[in-house]
Amino acid sequence: MFAPKAKYVRQRMTLGDYLNYTGIIIFSIICLLPFLYVLSVSFTSPKEYMPMKLILWPEHFSLESYSFIINRNSFMRSMANSVFVTLVGTVCNLAVTFTGAYGISKKTMPGHKFIVPLVTFTLVFNAGIVPNFLLVRSMGMMNSFWALILPGLTNAWSLLIVRSFIEGISSELEEAAKMDGCTELGVFFKIILPLSKAAIATFTVLFMVNHWNAYFNAMIYMTSTDNWTLPLMIKSMIVDSSALGGAVSSTDEKTVPLETIKMAAIVLSIAPIVITYPFLQKYFEKGVTLGAVKG
Amino acid sequence: MQRKESLASRIFKHRYLYLLSSITLIYFAVFRYAPMWGLLMAFQKYSPFKGFWKSAWVGFDNFASFFKDPFFFVMLRNTMVISFLKLALFFPLPIVLSLMLNETRHKKFRSVNQTIVYFPYFISWVVTASLTFFLLSSGIGIVNKIFYSLGMPAISFLVDPKYFWIIVVGQTVWKETGYGTILFLSAITTIDLAQYEAAEIDGASRMQRILHITLPGILPTIVILLILRLGQVFDVGFEQILLMYNSSVRDVAEIFDTYAYWQGISQGQYSLGVTVGLFKGVVGLVFLLASNMLAKRLGSEGIF
Repeated sequence: MFAPKAKYVRQRMTLGDYLNYTGIIIFSIICLLPFLYVLSVSFTSPKEYMPMKLILWPEHFSLESYSFIINRNSFMRSMANSVFVTLVGTVCNLAVTFTGAYGISKKTMPGHKFIVPLVTFTLVFNAGIVPNFLLVRSMGMMNSFWALILPGLTNAWSLLIVRSFIEGISSELEEAAKMDGCTELGVFFKIILPLSKAAIATFTVLFMVNHWNAYFNAMIYMTSTDNWTLPLMIKSMIVDSSALGGAVSSTDEKTVPLETIKMAAIVLSIAPIVITYPFLQKYFEKGVTLGAVKG
Repeated sequence: MQRKESLASRIFKHRYLYLLSSITLIYFAVFRYAPMWGLLMAFQKYSPFKGFWKSAWVGFDNFASFFKDPFFFVMLRNTMVISFLKLALFFPLPIVLSLMLNETRHKKFRSVNQTIVYFPYFISWVVTASLTFFLLSSGIGIVNKIFYSLGMPAISFLVDPKYFWIIVVGQTVWKETGYGTILFLSAITTIDLAQYEAAEIDGASRMQRILHITLPGILPTIVILLILRLGQVFDVGFEQILLMYNSSVRDVAEIFDTYAYWQGISQGQYSLGVTVGLFKGVVGLVFLLASNMLAKRLGSEGIF
């Protein structure tokens, strides 16, 4: 049923195997079912949709909910904002993390003894929500996308992991390059970065997912709805309107029932994750085990 | 050759290195250390009109009134209960699931299922909360639709304090169990295969091999992760709780982070917000240091 007979299937499937496979399949279904449900409702014709009927496969297939939401400026703007913050934020994260990690990887650099403990300390203690908020506000970054990028430019965990990755790169290569007249700047761009492709891919994935999913900072800094990111939009569409019932009337949404539109919004918001998932999974797994080197 | 170069010449030698790491260093100074001055507000009766320098100093008064507040114990209880429930219900599941995945005979079956169970981890808490609403809300929730079709009365799961803790733990299980298997599965691959062969020759059953080889093989990983998890008992998932929070469940949902946020940012009571944040930060630090020390004593590298 699952795979053609291959040489690694040495024994016949036992009762234990069937139980085990069943258990795994049940858990997988639990993981997938919510998405299947959301997908099915989102593709169901809003006119035919019956709120009290359970569906797991689109009935009366229609793209109406999608065309409705794509034509809604506020939603598309929040999506554009999220794309912008994710792309710019990730590039900034990578630049700062890799240059910084290269810096703290050199024990000969004067100040190394102070810098590393100071960085490590932020791993276990931070000033907390209120002081960080006041700082960002006093810098005039309210409603600026920089408020979502600058306070999280890098973090101790990423720096320390990238540092240990860089330390693993042969120092002989660096020495040879220096003999040839390369400065540390040259070594970084010509040797370290090209040899760090795996780490760069892993951290690209980590940073992108974090930016795309970020909620709290956007909530406290983006007070104007024009600057909302996608998670804020989703939250206001779904969580705020359905805690107590779900029937929120809005002139916008008279023509179509809310539910199919909500589901379409969810699908659009996770689409980038789904599309990049093969890549995400591969490098995320690496990231976890990279982190475990020190775990 | 000079035995010891002067500091200036060593700094000059590394000038490009400073250039490269300058943004990181400035970042840490501005965004990680500068806000720590704000912690002093915990010892002030801070008034935005007077500003930091002119606000009155009150010593530990803010802490005293915070500890005397009966709500302090409610938050402490919520934190401990949610933490404990997550530990007891959630922690063992990735271990069980990785043992199950390890026992599968078909590579394809295994990798397909791994791909599926990791997926929820990449979904934001906002979407996870939304999916929870689709499942449980009284208006559009699937469960209540089923109740309706069976002629049963609707249950308001999301506004009933009875269900809050279990919903939060359920979300965590759904979102993170699959992802949690990664470390255990990679620990299993380090177990010597000769042990399994020897056990097979000795006639050990499948269950015996799991209990006497695989499980002991990953026991060090389990112990270390458990200890490190204990170090984070005060971090119970701020965004997650905030998203599931509503006024009806306040008594079971309020944790230190949410309280610091409401008081400090929504209400503008900066001193109280900072006090709560500082309390949580210091207690968290103590737990983390203790657990990290314990982990190191058991032979792990710890997290720092």
